[in-house]
Amino acid sequence: MIVPSLEHYLVLSAILFVLGAIGVLTRRNGLIMFMSIELMLNAVNLTLVAYSRHLADMAGHILVFMVMTVAAAEAAVGLAIIWAIFRNRTTVNIDELTLMKG
Amino acid sequence: MEALFFWVFAVVSVVAGVLVITRRNPVTSALWLVVVMFCLAGLFLLLHGFFLAAAQVIVYAGAIMVLFLFVIMLLNLDDVELGAARPTFVKGLSVALAGGLVLLVVAALLAGRPAPVAQPPAAVATPPAAPAAGEPSFGDPEALARLLFTDYLIPFELASVLLLAAMVGAVVLAKRELRP
Amino acid sequence: MSDALQTGVVWAIQALIILAPGLIPLAIVPGLVYVERRMSAFIQDRIGPNRVGPLGLLQPVADALKFIFKEDIVPPHAHRWLYILAPAFAAVPALCTLAVVPLGHTLHVFGREIALIAADVNVGILVVFGLTSLGVYGIVLAGWASNNKYSLLGGLRSSAQMISYELSLGLSVIGVIMLAGSLRLTDIVMMQDKLNWFVFLQPIGAIVFLIASYAETNRLPFDLPEAETELVAGYHTEYGSMKFALFFLGEYAAMITASALTVTLFFGGWQLPYYLEWSRHLPQLLADLIPPAVFAFKTLFFLFLMIWVRWTFPRFRYDQLMDFGWKVMLPAALLNIAWTAVIILAGWV
Repeated sequence: MIVPSLEHYLVLSAILFVLGAIGVLTRRNGLIMFMSIELMLNAVNLTLVAYSRHLADMAGHILVFMVMTVAAAEAAVGLAIIWAIFRNRTTVNIDELTLMKG
Repeated sequence: MEALFFWVFAVVSVVAGVLVITRRNPVTSALWLVVVMFCLAGLFLLLHGFFLAAAQVIVYAGAIMVLFLFVIMLLNLDDVELGAARPTFVKGLSVALAGGLVLLVVAALLAGRPAPVAQPPAAVATPPAAPAAGEPSFGDPEALARLLFTDYLIPFELASVLLLAAMVGAVVLAKRELRP
Repeated sequence: MSDALQTGVVWAIQALIILAPGLIPLAIVPGLVYVERRMSAFIQDRIGPNRVGPLGLLQPVADALKFIFKEDIVPPHAHRWLYILAPAFAAVPALCTLAVVPLGHTLHVFGREIALIAADVNVGILVVFGLTSLGVYGIVLAGWASNNKYSLLGGLRSSAQMISYELSLGLSVIGVIMLAGSLRLTDIVMMQDKLNWFVFLQPIGAIVFLIASYAETNRLPFDLPEAETELVAGYHTEYGSMKFALFFLGEYAAMITASALTVTLFFGGWQLPYYLEWSRHLPQLLADLIPPAVFAFKTLFFLFLMIWVRWTFPRFRYDQLMDFGWKVMLPAALLNIAWTAVIILAGWV
């Protein structure tokens, strides 16, 4: 069993980030896109904590704290927006939200 | 023992991540995302981020994902995504680009590693220098709190204002228009 | 005794302590069900179960047998896996929380000290909150997976109630954390020696915590979402036999956990006044066994209080419930934090 070092955590974080990116690019359901964004944010958190441990600096933890706070605020407002959109157009399929298209 | 935990959490989180982005039903996606959150909380524990692991479970898995589930259930969406799916070309391109990005990261890490000498690479499990007597050790909530209320006080206050703004914004957006 | 045998006994005791948080609620719940039915009967001026066994003491056994033999149905068009897993999501967090609660001081076996706590983590209280927030999932998923509009509404109402009162629950504990200076539950109990029970220093916090814990466990007077006369039966409308028994078990286990936490955080845990002084004069075994007994007695008292309150008060209406949670409990908990800060800075503590 290979003992994990910093590189292992970074590669894992990259894989999760990239999975989130694929989710945002390929899915058209607004809610699932939102979840993929949360996945990306979590992957970044993992990178921060791994480096924080490697460099023995607690500032990384503070940054993760801030990222979690921003993600919580973003989730609340984003879901309220999706709710408002759904109320008006009964769809969350982003391909159909073309009101402002030129 | 720690290595075993790392590999279990890593594999489960990647598999769950793939399931998040591929499921049709948003509720199933959300639940697999909760699994990812848990695995990440476990990884934070392995990295000695005790407070962050607990915060991950309380905030992400316990509050944000519950909010997601609420909205998904109240919207009562259809399973099938209506309309034509994205062309396979777009899907293939995005997967290829993403795979390329991961390979880039791996290559960068391999290039930056020092030439293999007698000593093994510094494992993340190596504990940092022992803290001074009386100081909280790494990852303790007390260490985090000390930084948060001294060096990073302004971001802390701004974060609380941000949360207030988000609360007000969410209530205003979700409120029904009152009929006069 | 040989060295290997001694090590074996110590290991066995530690394994038992680790399993205890899961086993203790399972052992107490049948007794608790019986006590509830008897007490409710006495409060309502009737007799209660008295047929099955002497004084009706085997009633829980009869109930368990009934649950096992009932037909196990999955409603049509229900989301099968979530429907089956939801009761587990409700029951498991309640059973896990006792792992971080100190059940006693230490146990001295063959000259070694064993701490009577399964997991002495340095973020003990946060683990408790994390597990409490996970309990919401069982209800939300049960409501949705049943494919029944009454279940969905009941599930959403119940989970909205739980997350609203989670805020007050958490905030009321911050005062305790400020006084103890640590998130570790063993530290909090150790700080309550002599006569320093936190309920005397933080009366508002204790009351808010008590009321919020009733709301968290969906007990009367906050049990609108699952009452039989409202919304059919709320989120467990479509559940029968063992799945319903698991919900039931989860609810009673949550009651036990809530009482144990109230005792640990505000009423001294396993401590008796000046215990650490006068226990030195007692034989070691007795001094070791008194703390768990004290803890058990206090927890049972608060369980008794929960059952008593249930059959005394009428039910809150849902909007009254949410108003109370946001407009009364939350400001009270915040005031408690401010008050605690004042008394710490003024040096009265």
